[in-house]
Amino acid sequence: MKKASAQRRPVSRWRKLDRYWCYVFIAPAVVSYVLFTAWPMAASWYYSFFDWIGLGAPSEFVGLGNFIEAARNPYFWQAFLHTFQYMIGLVALNLPLTLIMAVVLNNKRLKGAAFYRVLYFLPVVTTTAIIGIVMTYIFSPFNGALNIALIKIGLLDKPVHWLGQAATAMLTVVVVAVWKGFGVNMLYWLAGLQSIPEELYEAAKVDGATGVQAFWFVTLPLLKPVGTVITLLTITGALQVFDLMKVMTNGGPFFATETVSLFIYRYAFGQQSRIGFASAAGIFFGVAAMIVAGLQSVLVQRANAERVGRQRVQPTAAIEPVAGRPPTGV
Amino acid sequence: MTSTAQTQETTSVRNRIGAAGWWRRLQMPLTHLVLIGIGLIWIYPFLWTVSAAFKTTAEMFGGGLNLIPKNPILDNFVRAWTVANFRVYFWNTVVVTFAVVVIVVLRTALTGYALGRYDFPGKKILRAALVATLFLPAGYTIIPLFDLIKAMGLLNTRWAIILGESGGAHVVFVLLFAGFFASLPQELEDAAKIDGAGFVRIFWNVMLPLARPVIATATIMRFMWSWNAFFIPLVFTLARPNLRTLGVGMYAFVTEYSTDWTGMAAAASISLIPIIIVFLLLQRYFVEGVAGAIKM
Repeated sequence: MKKASAQRRPVSRWRKLDRYWCYVFIAPAVVSYVLFTAWPMAASWYYSFFDWIGLGAPSEFVGLGNFIEAARNPYFWQAFLHTFQYMIGLVALNLPLTLIMAVVLNNKRLKGAAFYRVLYFLPVVTTTAIIGIVMTYIFSPFNGALNIALIKIGLLDKPVHWLGQAATAMLTVVVVAVWKGFGVNMLYWLAGLQSIPEELYEAAKVDGATGVQAFWFVTLPLLKPVGTVITLLTITGALQVFDLMKVMTNGGPFFATETVSLFIYRYAFGQQSRIGFASAAGIFFGVAAMIVAGLQSVLVQRANAERVGRQRVQPTAAIEPVAGRPPTGV
Repeated sequence: MTSTAQTQETTSVRNRIGAAGWWRRLQMPLTHLVLIGIGLIWIYPFLWTVSAAFKTTAEMFGGGLNLIPKNPILDNFVRAWTVANFRVYFWNTVVVTFAVVVIVVLRTALTGYALGRYDFPGKKILRAALVATLFLPAGYTIIPLFDLIKAMGLLNTRWAIILGESGGAHVVFVLLFAGFFASLPQELEDAAKIDGAGFVRIFWNVMLPLARPVIATATIMRFMWSWNAFFIPLVFTLARPNLRTLGVGMYAFVTEYSTDWTGMAAAASISLIPIIIVFLLLQRYFVEGVAGAIKM
């Protein structure tokens, strides 16, 4: 960006006019930013200091009362725990599985890779809420396809109420979430894999590296930058999970899968709506999520710094042209 | 794989090629077998849904895993389309998604163009403000958003959902556009200026058409998010069922008629089949568009 502006010759009159046009161009973004991003954020911070049911103007100032109440509410901490369980389950299953699939599909000798890519991407384009509902029927203990199939092949004696018992409900939702979001991370990994120059593999081969060694010492280190972004996106997405949980378990059974987003929704739109408390809980959790995301990037950066210190040649140089390049063509 | 590792220790190059030979020959057929096997499980939920949509309730509960309906019927679709109101939900979803995509792509392209190619006072602030939204805890913004839409007098209209969804900063799109426009050569702009083109014409006729890859990425991503959206349509249609989108309509339907398996399946099919067809027709753009989002 800097380069483009530094090269520009002063074209006097035009430049002044250009500047006005710039403001016209950014005007929609500024207006929508102020109205739909900045104001709601500031307002929710403001509401969090009031005990307010959402009618009229907030008047009962309680200071940090809502935050303290949230910190003392065991259901809130339980929801915290569930959200992190979901996040860790999703990251632990989704990232390795999508990476393996991407490596398999990236094989140049595999014919029909494009077909498989489309096949495994398919669930991504479908509506989460609808898929979640369909899944509650497939996982149903009464005539659900999964139970019928498992009984038929002899893995089960009697149907399991996958979503109805605390022990299996969370894992069931995680599995569906992995399936639903699989294609996106698979494509991200593929984009990362395709940015690795073929010569590096040839060099590794010449040095006598096996396929596994090449993967471990060439592919994985070079995937780190892309991997960091993928992990961060998966984590932030998982922490906000709402649709799937809402339609599959609605937080049940007995709050066993209530995530923070459902907890807050219950307080904002439930029987007695407590907007101030819901806002405080949202900010509380937002800070926690920020810390998790920050921690993740600090850890990754430290790991990267160590790596660069050890062997400061190829890896970063190889990935940079791709990372800075606009997507495809031109 | 292990056998290749062992032979490697003997360092005999000829041995290695020999041992790798059988693996090489079997690798691809085995890979295909596994990929197709998993693939069938992968799309089973869709096959199950469509098949159930054509079954009678009796066959649904008595037929086990059989995917081919014996006497395919259309009653379920009729019931979902008219009685369950999916005709309306479908139209709502199409209108909302289209409007959101147009608004967001146009707005982020304009912003990205100004940010990427020009210096103007306030540019740094705008950039910082946009990026800050990625990190600041938002709290629970749906309530203020609701109040805002209400104050604008748009509550209980489709605009509530459209503005609610398109209002977000979409920082990633802005940065993608800015990065792309910054990479275009200055000569392009100078030449257009010499030909007498003004600021807007240069943007619209010269620069924007070149940005097709970024437009595709933004369009595809935003299209998927909007078609998938649940939370905002849910909140903004709590008081107005007629504005429900497909996802919300589906949720309301099963809450009311949880035992109507075949009706549910037909309603789900109505929602899923069109998007799957669009995806299959435009798959190349989906794949490239999604991959483009990470190549910032």
